[in-house]
Amino acid sequence: MTQAFRSADRGRVDRTRPLRFSFDGRSYEGLSGDSLASALLANGVHLMGRSFKYHRPRGVLAAGAEEPSALVSVRRDAARYTPNLRATQVELYDGLEAHSQNRWPSLSFDVGAISDLLSPLFPAGFYYKTFMWPRGGWKALYEPCIRAAAGLGRAPREVDPDRYANRYAHCDVLVVGGGPAGLAAALAAADRGARVMLCDEQAQLGGSLLAEASGDPTDAWLARSIESLRAHARVTLLSRTTAFGYFPHNLIALNQRLTDHLENPRAGQTRERCWQVRARQVVLATGAIERPLVFPGNDRPGIMLAAAARSFLNRYAVVPGTRAVVIAACDEAYRAAIELHQAGVAIAMIGDVRARADGDWPEAARRAGLPVQTHTTVLGTEGRLRIKAARLLRLDTERRPIGAIQSHACDLLLMSGGFTPSVHLHSQSRGKLAWDQRVQGFIPAQAAERVRSAGSCRGVFSLAAAIEDGADAGSSAAGDAAACTTAFPAAPDSSRAAPDGAMAGYAGALPQPQAAPGSKAFVDWQNDVTTRDLALALREGFVSIEHIKRYTTAGMATDQGKTSNLNALGFVSQRLDKAIAEVGLTTFRMPYTPVTFGSFAGFARGELFDPVRTTPIHEWAVQHGAVFEDVALWKRARHFPQDGEDLHAAVARECRAVRGGCGIFDASTLGKIEVVGRDAVTFMNRMYANAWTSLAVGRCRYGVLLREDGFVLDDGVVARTAEDRFHVTTTTGGAPRVLALMEDYLQTEWPELQVWLTSTTEQWAVIALQGPNSRRVLQYLVQDVDLSAAAMPHMSVARGAICGVPALVFRVSFTGELGFEVNVPADYALAVWAAIYEAGAAHGITAYGTEAMHVLRAEKGYIIIGQETDGTATADDVGLGWAVSKLKPDFVGKRSLARLAMSAPDRRQLVGLLTSDPQLVLEEGAQVMLSSGQRPPARPIGHVTSSYYSATRERSIALAMVAGGRSRVGQTLCVAATSGDVPVQVTSPVFFDPEGKRLDG
Amino acid sequence: MVDLSALRRPPIIAASPMLRLQPPAARHILRAAPAVLEAAGEALGLSLSMPVCRASIAATRAALWLGPDERLLLGEASSAIETARRLQQALQQQPHSLVDVSHRQVAFAITGPQAATVLAAGCPLDLDPGAFPVGMCTRTVLAKAEIVLWRRADDGFHLEVWRSFAAYVSGVLAEAARDLADT
Amino acid sequence: MLLISCPYCGARPELEFTHAGQAHLARAREPAAVGAQDWADFLYMRDNTRGVHAERWRHTHGCGRFFNALRDTTSDHFVATYRVGEPPPQGAA
Repeated sequence: MTQAFRSADRGRVDRTRPLRFSFDGRSYEGLSGDSLASALLANGVHLMGRSFKYHRPRGVLAAGAEEPSALVSVRRDAARYTPNLRATQVELYDGLEAHSQNRWPSLSFDVGAISDLLSPLFPAGFYYKTFMWPRGGWKALYEPCIRAAAGLGRAPREVDPDRYANRYAHCDVLVVGGGPAGLAAALAAADRGARVMLCDEQAQLGGSLLAEASGDPTDAWLARSIESLRAHARVTLLSRTTAFGYFPHNLIALNQRLTDHLENPRAGQTRERCWQVRARQVVLATGAIERPLVFPGNDRPGIMLAAAARSFLNRYAVVPGTRAVVIAACDEAYRAAIELHQAGVAIAMIGDVRARADGDWPEAARRAGLPVQTHTTVLGTEGRLRIKAARLLRLDTERRPIGAIQSHACDLLLMSGGFTPSVHLHSQSRGKLAWDQRVQGFIPAQAAERVRSAGSCRGVFSLAAAIEDGADAGSSAAGDAAACTTAFPAAPDSSRAAPDGAMAGYAGALPQPQAAPGSKAFVDWQNDVTTRDLALALREGFVSIEHIKRYTTAGMATDQGKTSNLNALGFVSQRLDKAIAEVGLTTFRMPYTPVTFGSFAGFARGELFDPVRTTPIHEWAVQHGAVFEDVALWKRARHFPQDGEDLHAAVARECRAVRGGCGIFDASTLGKIEVVGRDAVTFMNRMYANAWTSLAVGRCRYGVLLREDGFVLDDGVVARTAEDRFHVTTTTGGAPRVLALMEDYLQTEWPELQVWLTSTTEQWAVIALQGPNSRRVLQYLVQDVDLSAAAMPHMSVARGAICGVPALVFRVSFTGELGFEVNVPADYALAVWAAIYEAGAAHGITAYGTEAMHVLRAEKGYIIIGQETDGTATADDVGLGWAVSKLKPDFVGKRSLARLAMSAPDRRQLVGLLTSDPQLVLEEGAQVMLSSGQRPPARPIGHVTSSYYSATRERSIALAMVAGGRSRVGQTLCVAATSGDVPVQVTSPVFFDPEGKRLDG
Repeated sequence: MVDLSALRRPPIIAASPMLRLQPPAARHILRAAPAVLEAAGEALGLSLSMPVCRASIAATRAALWLGPDERLLLGEASSAIETARRLQQALQQQPHSLVDVSHRQVAFAITGPQAATVLAAGCPLDLDPGAFPVGMCTRTVLAKAEIVLWRRADDGFHLEVWRSFAAYVSGVLAEAARDLADT
Repeated sequence: MLLISCPYCGARPELEFTHAGQAHLARAREPAAVGAQDWADFLYMRDNTRGVHAERWRHTHGCGRFFNALRDTTSDHFVATYRVGEPPPQGAA
């Protein structure tokens, strides 16, 4: 028979819409509106999981987000497999397939349960005490075994096929929580004209009202409230949306789940949306969570919170047992007992922990004929896969037994230790918490942001008071938002309803007349932390609650201790005989409930992970078979392999083409900055190490930019295109950094200079032609530019046109060959490139990529920023001392060059290295040693910065930074390689054409 | 001799109903002190002394406030030379910087009742008409790209982005538009 | 993500800004005249304030301006933001 535990008349489920689902391969029936937990309970299934450490059989403790035990995996397909979901929050759909976790071979027979018997071996901190020997054992043996044995569900190995989205939102008032206080707050704020957002983690709005019997007078209020909110144009209602993080300045992160509840999500439908909401004011109406009671054997399936039982009955139409024992430290338990009794559950006993129980609900229970006794404690429970009996004993205030031990047979045990206000988000926002004696809990105190709490999350429990409290909070939040106060934070509002003690209760472990060896009283269900672990930590001398938490792992599971924190505190306070307020509280951290990685990533994955920047010539490179490499965010052609060439062959061919004829290279990614203004030359003189006054219009100079600490930051060719205008180029990756540095000096140190900066990196595409034939290729294509050596010497620039397109033509070289760099407006670049390439066919034009460029410049000893330099190299270190002006009184970095260490003789200097085996290419980054065979700790005297096979030299070459390197030319040193030490000869860093004759073609 | 000047070729971007790449335009960055900007505005026939983060429009020209000393001048593609000529004439000896950036960036129009929501997928600004009214413009970010955003109508935005980021911006907005269907 | 009030553009999200270190460290007009220790201090020594700290930000993806801010490092709340060249607001720190 299916759904044997379904109530006939209660609940908010849709009895006309039965749903099939499976759990561990077995098929069941549930109803639309069920959670997975409620559907299983309706079928009499209480055993839903195994605990983390001891593999103890576990049922469902709660009905909501706080559930610590009933963790399941839900599978749609191999890739859509979500582990560690709380069964209480999984909405049922037709065909849902769920699996239990942390058990083998099956949930009811789990070999891992041996660890429960061996538990004396696994006390708190056992990781730190055992596995100490042998030394290597931890990494190789113990950790892999422990990780395999412990733990939760398995993550899928497939790529996540779902789509996730991001959205920023802004509002006057964000209300977190759609229960009575939250709805009232949203309504009040909306009525004052505020832009309101309200989010709630559940499928339906209503919060605690959903656990009231349907037909309750609150139903009408709920329906009316939702209807009015929907009618407001400036109200956004988000259900299935968890506010999981509270960030500075009222930025709240929300996780909205859009498809997990659907039987057939549309292909490509967004699964989750991560909202970042900036709210002028926030109202937290996050409710309260019922506390379990701590007694031996309190974790068996069939033991649940009283409020959870009410929720299962009144919301989900589930009768969670046939005969119940109720343990109360709070009147709420009596309500549950009365309602379950009405639904046909036998109440074996209501045992109240307190000395008195004379509130309205206890009186009503007595009138209904339910057995009630005070002064009760629980000694233990029985039953393996489901509770069978509970042993109760009455104790007087001196812990002396009153009467005999009672054993009550039952298949359900309800407990209510009182309600803990959910102050997670308030605490995340760095707001203070204060212990409230009436509430017997921590409630929000001084806020750190513009936030207020309302309702039971600040200890205002009674429904009427919570609604009023919410309305007050919503109204004043809207008022403050309208006033747009810039002052942080909001002042505490003392005029509102006072917290009350209606849901106070008990924190800590229930009194035991004597120790019961071997029994386990759980404080933290999810991390399997018992009173014994906490006691051990105290015995070992831990007194700070932060230390106790970390040593025992209490409260550190994925549920963040929602049901355990206060009991752990209570226990520590009992043992230390200190008030809970003095013991203190640990910090709440985001996320409130676990959030998928997909939600955090949003659309930032695959092609949209980062911008992929391509040049206007990219298409041509693709068509010509280029292999690309990433340089900053750019895709740059690394080489153009032909006919199955490998990298080595292609680069050698490209290099030979440049040296022997003409190469064409896309240099568009170079950073470009237009420096313009009447003080442009003054600015350049102050900024760069070089002298600029003498640079004539139409000429270029290689510029070196230092940081204020004297080290090389960037380099590039600078052209003076007019008296008051410089065209500055930077490295590809350095462009934003250089521009920011220049702006910084201009705005803050030299605001008197009449000069302005504009990035033109993407305005100009740069086509480099390098090689002895480059002039021949270009000369018939350009207009108004005389490329002759006399008119256009090395390091000059001319404005003109190419193929009718305006152009800025540089005669520069990064290869040591005669060369030109043609700058054209980017939209024309592809056509101009193609035209040059076509014209160059007769001259053997060859496209080359960044790898050949690197080899060619290394042959000439030209440095690359970030390769030869590492932020600790001076211009002199890398052989650029000639570029640094000796005459200028000041420029950025000059003062630092006078510091003693900057001219120390043992600074690492740029040199060349040649191996005796010409085919052996050193590894970049390899350490340079004085001699071979040194034993650790040997001190390296340098490192290899660039290393290639040079087709030009027909041998390997390397650049290195070596201590006192220039004085070591001719010496033999040693490079530590993977294959063994390699002797190398120190040479000049210029391997080719040291006189520079080839620059003239 | 080939003449390629007619072969202007902006980046190729996939179009979508909500997002349209705009035709090539003339663009200049003008940087100068306020008094000089005022004189420049007179030469162009539109105010360059607009309030912070506001655009001004006159006939086929527009000027966008980007910073206290920085304006983005927009015009028809054929007007680039004329704009430069007029400004040089008007400003002559007055200190300023005028740089042609016509090819540096491209423009998109994002239109439709959901335009602001689509942008909100990657732009952290409040795009409510009360907070970002018609005529407002600013440099900001869209996900990992820097953009200039200008509201031209309640349901229409003009977006400028450096050309190499155009494909990314278009991809982000297309993805955002897909998400919209799932609201 | 902080909400930062640019002295030119108003309140904007932190994503548009770049932090630029401690404020009010002026570069000497004649660095050559600065002694070695003072120069080293200028380069490397920074306050590590617990409380209100004067720091620089740049509205990089906005108006591009550098400006100064007083921020309480214990709460991340900005006491004030002000333009380069202006003194910190009276009584703010």
